[in-house]
Amino acid sequence: MAIRERLSGNEAMAVAMRQINPDVVAAFPITPSTEIPQYFSQFVANGEVDTEFVAVESEHSAMSACIGAAAAGGRAMTATSANGLALMWEMLYIAASSRLPITMACVNRALSGPINIHNDHSDSMGARDSGWIQLYSENNQEAYDNFIQALRIGEHDDIMLPVMVCQDGFITSHAVENIELLEDDKVKSFIGEYEPDHYMLNSKEPIGVGPLDLPAYYFEHKRQQAEAMKNSKKIILEVAREFEKLTGRKYDLFEEYKLNDAEIALVIINSTAGTAKTVVDKLRANGVKAGLLKIRVFRPFPAEEIANALKHIKALAVMDKAESFSAVGGPLFAEIKSTLYGTADGIKIVNYIYGLGGRDVKADDIETVYSQLSDISKTGNIGETYRYIGVRQ
Amino acid sequence: MPSTLVEKYFRTEKLPQIWCPGCGHGIITRSIASAIDQSGLDKDKVCIVSGIGCSSRAPGYMDFNTLHTTHGRALAFATGIKLANPEIKVIVITGDGDATAIGGNHLIHACRRNIGITTIVYNNNIYGMTGGQYSPTTPKGDKGTTAPFGNIDKSFDICSLASAAGATYTARATAYHANLLTTLVKNALANDGFSLVEAVSACPTYYGRKNKKGNAVEMMEWQKNNAVNVAAASKMTQEQLEGKFLIGEFKNKPEPEYTSEYQKIIDKLAKGR
Ligand SMILES: Cc1ncc(C[n+]2csc(CCOP(=O)(O)OP(=O)(O)O)c2C)c(N)n1
Ligand code: SF4
Repeated sequence: MAIRERLSGNEAMAVAMRQINPDVVAAFPITPSTEIPQYFSQFVANGEVDTEFVAVESEHSAMSACIGAAAAGGRAMTATSANGLALMWEMLYIAASSRLPITMACVNRALSGPINIHNDHSDSMGARDSGWIQLYSENNQEAYDNFIQALRIGEHDDIMLPVMVCQDGFITSHAVENIELLEDDKVKSFIGEYEPDHYMLNSKEPIGVGPLDLPAYYFEHKRQQAEAMKNSKKIILEVAREFEKLTGRKYDLFEEYKLNDAEIALVIINSTAGTAKTVVDKLRANGVKAGLLKIRVFRPFPAEEIANALKHIKALAVMDKAESFSAVGGPLFAEIKSTLYGTADGIKIVNYIYGLGGRDVKADDIETVYSQLSDISKTGNIGETYRYIGVRQ
Repeated sequence: MPSTLVEKYFRTEKLPQIWCPGCGHGIITRSIASAIDQSGLDKDKVCIVSGIGCSSRAPGYMDFNTLHTTHGRALAFATGIKLANPEIKVIVITGDGDATAIGGNHLIHACRRNIGITTIVYNNNIYGMTGGQYSPTTPKGDKGTTAPFGNIDKSFDICSLASAAGATYTARATAYHANLLTTLVKNALANDGFSLVEAVSACPTYYGRKNKKGNAVEMMEWQKNNAVNVAAASKMTQEQLEGKFLIGEFKNKPEPEYTSEYQKIIDKLAKGR
């Protein structure tokens, strides 16, 4: 029997970490992810886990310690947000290129500057090309479930990549909601033992990690990373099926909400999907064919599958909680647009930047987006594609 | 009504500040303003730089040229400011975490260069802003939210660290010894090279509560009862000094300052042109 609990998103991720019982957790406090290592250090102090908890002096060191631990064959984890993630930048690339399946709880917060502690996705979106698999979570349940699945995905023989599990700072990290937890032993058997093929400190097979890789091999090395990312889509789905058998909770590369017969739709990431779903329900009750696609896996980007799911849509709004300063739209917009190019060219598609720095996004705002989509769908007139919602003029 | 000192040196429209009741940071900030006042510095030629933390919020309230930077990096920014304009009096306000954990590297190198920056470290023995995790100055055995049963790390003595790394002026006072603190900051400002003043603060909210140090008043009393002036300490026995900590001036040995040494090279090369 699953365990019914009430937990915040941070607590949920900390509990997942406890159940996983990793070899090393190295972390440095930063709002709003601080609670995760804090809860975890209590588990360590209580003897509930066997983990070595390292309270390092910065995030750069946190990721470095995780890399060291993972290279030595251990399961290593961390948690961070915003500037903490930014300070890990150099190490994110090292972790991915060294093919070390580290798991990170990334509690999304606006990246300075200006300094701001509230939620948007500028931190993890900035890290999108670092070679990490990225999973996003609408609520505490998904944050917990994704975190447990992340391990199996990253550690798969064909993948061996680090995984970042993201959830919205404060909105879901601090809000306490109902949650269903797995029993400790079920988590244990689901994740299994981690037995990497090659690792440092293995006296039978000494290896060097991180050596110089000049033009003779660097390119192949990068190609292999890209191939692993491509392969991971299949594994993410396999792990999801197995997880579903265990919990009854279904996961995919993305979630389709009333999308089948929809004419207008949003593509959205994390907690605002919840707000948008209530708006979809309301519009549906009024006969409007509204739908929603919520991204779960952003890296690898499930382009084909998304194109297939959206091909019948007339007008589409891509919601970005991050700027990319490309001067043509946000990061998700760029992905979706290139995904649809040549596969579903007829769709009228616009981009909305929303909620930066924790600006509240209300159901009314989402409703405005849908009503603008209705206009576009009726008139065929797109107008400006790079739009904002909820910002002062 | 704010006092004339506050009126003159603070952005009164930004007050009241966000610090918890009983936090030592406010007293320290006022002492710095007093020291600047007593030094007769031109407000517009002073630049106050901070990192991130409760302590680093201080410059937000202070009516000078101020720069709020990122966690641990204030000294790196300040180094740029001083090199770009050596005429400016550059003051860094930082926390124990900001200065000695994430920013420890910048601290030792600023000391080593003896660059003309006056650094005030608000030492509350904890990461206050993020909720009481132990810092490099949390005494061994003391608790933090990341060390619920006590911290096993050995702590830094910030003044000794700075002296050894090459700072030419180092001193320590407490929020309780506010007048001494003002004097020490004034002396630090008078040193052309790198100066560091450690201002022992009190964080009743986290460090105090976690370690059963009593309320804000009791924490100030602890500072009063346990601080021993360096001069007095030289006449005391090891037993008498047990459990006490030193305040006063530890090092005041001026050496050529970095930006003036830099200028000498420029002048020398300009002559040969
Ligand atoms: C790169 C980065 N990591 C973490 C943080 C989160 N953070 C903000 S303040 C702080 C600690 C502050 O402690 P201290 O410098 O001792 O100052 P205090 O708040 O105690 O005055 C931390 C870890 C951050 N802002 N940036
Ligand atoms: S948390 Fe501690 S250091 Fe921060 S304002 Fe409160 S008392 Fe001061």
